[in-house]
Amino acid sequence: MALKTLLTQNKNSILQRWFNLIADTYPTGVSDFLKDNDRFTNPVGHTISQEINSLYDELLQDRVDSDKAAASLDNIIKIRAVQDFSPQEAISFVFLLKKAITDELGSELEKKQSFGEWLEFEPGIDKLASIAFDKYMESREKICELRVNEVRADREIAFRLLRLMGGKNGKHGEAVE
Amino acid sequence: MTDTTKKPEELLKLDYTPPKKGWMETPVDFKKGTYCYSAPQKHQEYLGLPYPRQWQPFDADWKLPENWKQIILEGMNDRLKKYRSFRLYMDICVRCGACADKCHFFIGTGDPKNMPVLRAELLRSVYRKYFTLGGKLFGKVGGARELTEDVLKEWYYYFYQCTECRRCSVFCPYGIDTCEITMMARDLLSLVGCNVGWVIEPASNCFRTGNHLGVPPHAFKDTLDFAIDEVEDLTGVKVEASVNRKGAELLFITPSADYFASPHWYTFLGYLMLFHEIGLDYTWSAYASEGGNFGLFHSAEMMKRLNAKMYAEAKRLGVKWILGGECGHMWRVVHQYMNTINGPADFLEEPVSPITGTKFENAKATKMVHICEFTADLIKNNKLKLDPSRNDHWKMTFHDSCNPARAMGLFEEPRYIIKNVCNNFYEMPENTIKEYTFCCGSGAGLGSDENLEMRLRGGLPRANAVKYVKEKHGVNLLTCICAIDRAVLPTLLQYWVPGVEVSGLHELVGNALVMKGEKERTTDMRGTPRKQEAK
Ligand code: SF4
Ligand code: SF4
Repeated sequence: MALKTLLTQNKNSILQRWFNLIADTYPTGVSDFLKDNDRFTNPVGHTISQEINSLYDELLQDRVDSDKAAASLDNIIKIRAVQDFSPQEAISFVFLLKKAITDELGSELEKKQSFGEWLEFEPGIDKLASIAFDKYMESREKICELRVNEVRADREIAFRLLRLMGGKNGKHGEAVE
Repeated sequence: MTDTTKKPEELLKLDYTPPKKGWMETPVDFKKGTYCYSAPQKHQEYLGLPYPRQWQPFDADWKLPENWKQIILEGMNDRLKKYRSFRLYMDICVRCGACADKCHFFIGTGDPKNMPVLRAELLRSVYRKYFTLGGKLFGKVGGARELTEDVLKEWYYYFYQCTECRRCSVFCPYGIDTCEITMMARDLLSLVGCNVGWVIEPASNCFRTGNHLGVPPHAFKDTLDFAIDEVEDLTGVKVEASVNRKGAELLFITPSADYFASPHWYTFLGYLMLFHEIGLDYTWSAYASEGGNFGLFHSAEMMKRLNAKMYAEAKRLGVKWILGGECGHMWRVVHQYMNTINGPADFLEEPVSPITGTKFENAKATKMVHICEFTADLIKNNKLKLDPSRNDHWKMTFHDSCNPARAMGLFEEPRYIIKNVCNNFYEMPENTIKEYTFCCGSGAGLGSDENLEMRLRGGLPRANAVKYVKEKHGVNLLTCICAIDRAVLPTLLQYWVPGVEVSGLHELVGNALVMKGEKERTTDMRGTPRKQEAK
């Protein structure tokens, strides 16, 4: 259990690194702003720092609670799914945890025993990434649905107007000659 | 055969960092979902706008007039002379950064060009180059840059990524109002035929029929009749409402969405019920059937044209003064510009409430009173019988719409009304309400469906505060006094905070209003059953 002990002992510095790596996926100069932790004036930075904390704690459990992890991932992904990221950029923040851990623990991990444990631990992060992908798709589908609903609402207004102006409507509300 | 199996240390050294983007060098990428389509040619022509044509922002060729650069620079020169504030804002920014992180678009996108200071710099850099000695001499070193087609495209992208909400101006020690810079930039873009559809189409409709949706007089009358029937079904009371009635004491003007869109409709019913109950001598107008003024989002000239018709109609009908409904930017136009662009409205009287006798001295110049001031005064003078428990199924919060809040300082009246018509009211955190309110992210002509991703980014700070009160107090309704808010916030909340609905304030007034001769109400206006008393 050497690895888990290491991960627990170094939690703060690893999280700090993970956060910074995620902040670096934003344009230059923005990462400092993201570090300000006001929940209301900086929802992006605050959400990331809260949720990566929960995800990290989840990973340290013996069994990752998928529902809990999904809720945390959803909060981050919802934001990244509308921001200026390609799908892989939106999700890749999960993998940045691997980099944060290896950067932080470095040679410690390379020791034979820890490395074996690392190989057992790592799929947990991959699991998070696959949940993140589901969440990303859910968000994108939601956006499509909302857009369709807006178009539909506009169309209803147009048809109501047409009716009031004496135009004829077909069975499905479409204008007919 | 070479062994390609990675050694442990190699496995650990994979680089997962995505490549970094340098924003200064990157020209604008018109990515789907983050910009508004251009205005249809026929609407540009209808309004007599220069260089009408079909083009789209994602086209490589914007079909600009040959001398576009000269047109823009001359336009800039004219406006620098005409508006002292414009020149001042171009000159005095000390780049202190106080405004930098205050814009909801910056907060939601993380795009530095959405920092108000940088947004302004997009225009200021061109100003320096052509209108200041330092810029002419030192060029880039002096923060100046050439006006190129890429710069023009960048203007279109970022000045239609500002909702003119003025939150940034609250924090600027010099009082620089980036919104006004945006207004100038949009005005300049229009000189070369670069306009947004969601601004020009409503403006053109309004010019033609009197409202954004293009509802003609007879259709307006039919809609009103339909609403009257609906009020009767709900309350058993037949309310009266006249259209274009000369000699009425007041003219009532509200955004057209109130009588044609949802959830606005219930606010519309609320107005009808309230005016009937107090026996108000008022009329609607089928010509001034729009409170909104999309001219504000285009140019000073367009704003003036659209605002003028409200006053022309008040004059034609011979009313004493105008009562205005729950609109956002209508109030900015009326409160901040009307008197200088179309005033003085000396053919109208200084507004006095016919029910309470209260003189609305604040409306002395514009002769136009906000419905919240009017209703709050009725409540204060005990003129209404209200049963707030009829709104007990709602746990509500109030969103200060940018314009009534920052352009009028209308903070207390809506809250006073809320406290009298509802029992469960929860404020969002201090730094997100009143003058610090966060914009819906879709105002100023950006509310189109093609721009949805950008709207979701811009709406995040607002929605995030709603999420907080939802989690803390179980809030399920956000009420607001702006028609654009009512149109766009339902979508934003469905994404960010599902389970919170949106309403206008006079919907809640209508629910709570105990009317003479009414039948027992079992549901609210939406048909939702009233909360039953705990057994
Ligand atoms: S707060 Fe005012 S002076 Fe400071 S950078 Fe912003 S606009 Fe310029
Ligand atoms: S006016 Fe509003 S949208 Fe425009 S830059 Fe300022 S804060 Fe941003």
